[in-house]
Amino acid sequence: MVTEDLKSNQENKTKVGFRNKRKYNDWMWAYIMIAPLMAGMIYFYFIAFFQNFFFSFTDLNAFGKWSFIGITNYVKILKDPTVWQAFKNTAFFTIVSVPISICLSIFVAYLLNSKIKGRTIYRTLFFLPVVTMPAAVAMVWRWLYIGDYGIINYFLKMLSIKGPYWLNDPRYAIFTVITVAIWSSIGYNMVIFLAGMQGISSTYYEAAAIDGANSFAKFFKITLPLLTPTIFFVSIISLIRSFQVFDLILMMITEQSVALEQTQSIVYLFYKIAFVFGNRGYASAISIILFFVILIVTIVQTKYQGKWVTYDV
Amino acid sequence: MKNKNSFFSGKFILYLILILGAIIMVIPFIWMILTSIKTFGETTQVPPIIFPHIPQWKNYSEVLSSLPFGSFYLNSVVSTVCKTFGQLVFCSMAAYAFARINFPAKNIIFVALLSLLMVPRHIFLIPHYRIIQQLNLLNTLPALILPGLFSSFGTFLLRQFFMTIPRELDEAAVLDGCNHFQIYYKIMLPLAKPGLVALGIFTALWSWNDLLWPLIINSSPDKLTLSAGLALMQGQYTTNYALLMAGSVLAIWPMILLFIVFQNYFIEGIALTGTKA
Repeated sequence: MVTEDLKSNQENKTKVGFRNKRKYNDWMWAYIMIAPLMAGMIYFYFIAFFQNFFFSFTDLNAFGKWSFIGITNYVKILKDPTVWQAFKNTAFFTIVSVPISICLSIFVAYLLNSKIKGRTIYRTLFFLPVVTMPAAVAMVWRWLYIGDYGIINYFLKMLSIKGPYWLNDPRYAIFTVITVAIWSSIGYNMVIFLAGMQGISSTYYEAAAIDGANSFAKFFKITLPLLTPTIFFVSIISLIRSFQVFDLILMMITEQSVALEQTQSIVYLFYKIAFVFGNRGYASAISIILFFVILIVTIVQTKYQGKWVTYDV
Repeated sequence: MKNKNSFFSGKFILYLILILGAIIMVIPFIWMILTSIKTFGETTQVPPIIFPHIPQWKNYSEVLSSLPFGSFYLNSVVSTVCKTFGQLVFCSMAAYAFARINFPAKNIIFVALLSLLMVPRHIFLIPHYRIIQQLNLLNTLPALILPGLFSSFGTFLLRQFFMTIPRELDEAAVLDGCNHFQIYYKIMLPLAKPGLVALGIFTALWSWNDLLWPLIINSSPDKLTLSAGLALMQGQYTTNYALLMAGSVLAIWPMILLFIVFQNYFIEGIALTGTKA
């Protein structure tokens, strides 16, 4: 009896010892395996994040010299009409391009989700702009929009409309960028929506068919409500992306264009102030403000998702 | 009868819309190619002509020889390959640890990584520039690569992917006396191939098409990537659209080819990130 107890006790001890050894072994492997990534992330991202915060309170210049100047940069931003205008441009760009792109891509996804021939071909063609370098995309659209030789104005002329100098007209230039942004994002959103639609159980549609619902009713009563989680996700990533528009502005609206002031986005202005004019401290402050704007918009969106997002039951 | 008719017209409108949409998607590409083989005179002709009189293939050789286009290619390819490979290695290793091992401070570290997903990249540009400056790497190839080797998005994506792989497989390997690195290398990586390919494609695409970082960090022409090279070209040729379009075609074909070959991986990869979130 006693010896048996002793024996099992000993066994337990060795088991615990073995377990502990295994646990420490696990820990060691875990730390070894995350070490390369974490080293890079800490050096390039975590420290950089706080550094940028810090620089926004300095007058850091292109040569790396800085002194602490408190909230001067932020006060200056409040009084800087160029920054305000750039924020307005970015907001306008986002408010127009994101909803249009989402509506169009839901529409295209819905069409592609029905039984049609050559579905893959359409999908490929709609997706082509997504994989194309934005710098090249911007350049060809610039060429399409150009005032004198552009084919867009040529087509307008055939309809006897005199097209404006799109890229140099402060009233229209931002719309050229908006159309290109929509054109190049439809394919991406469409793919996500298609996946979302394919995730909707066919039983809903079968039930609706029995009730005699037509395809309009099916779309608005079944597809759209059950797609809201996907719409929510797509709208968040689209908002974040379009708040950071840069390539299209740089490549389409040149430095000499009189429309630049009314078109430039906040990231474009950030780039110019930081890396063309070398006013890094001021640019840091602008980037911090944009960061908070994006953060607040995302939080507000997430908070109000309960009002319109339906999750499948 | 009536039913059949409306069915027919419905389908007809559906195809009409799709074809119209597809044409709008493709026209810029066709116009890009057609313009790239015109003479300067033909590009500025009013009314515009659709096809060039004689295809000017020499536009391509002119672009290739007048700019260090070879360097652009080399820099784009090398930086894209390095970034993609680096992210796949670093992210998949860390993702394995986060998905399979319990270790102290795991959740804190993971949440910290996730919160980086919320931070727009322009926040890091000024500090990154300073790091590269301090490392004395301005205007070099490694400057294009370094910050892009690490990614919280990639780690998150692969961790989600690893979580879907049944645990029985690695438990069997533990009984066989494999350590974690062996399980990761021999069991998880082969099983996670679709996830790895998806991340690889995303990274390659971002890296290839990225304009902002190469523009900031490198200024000498032979250290630029194709995207920054196009920006430089636009400044040089301003209105010579035949040459600008030739440059564009040269810059975009590799990714389009990659997309056409790995189409399903692209689509599945995007659907994966879209539905898992």
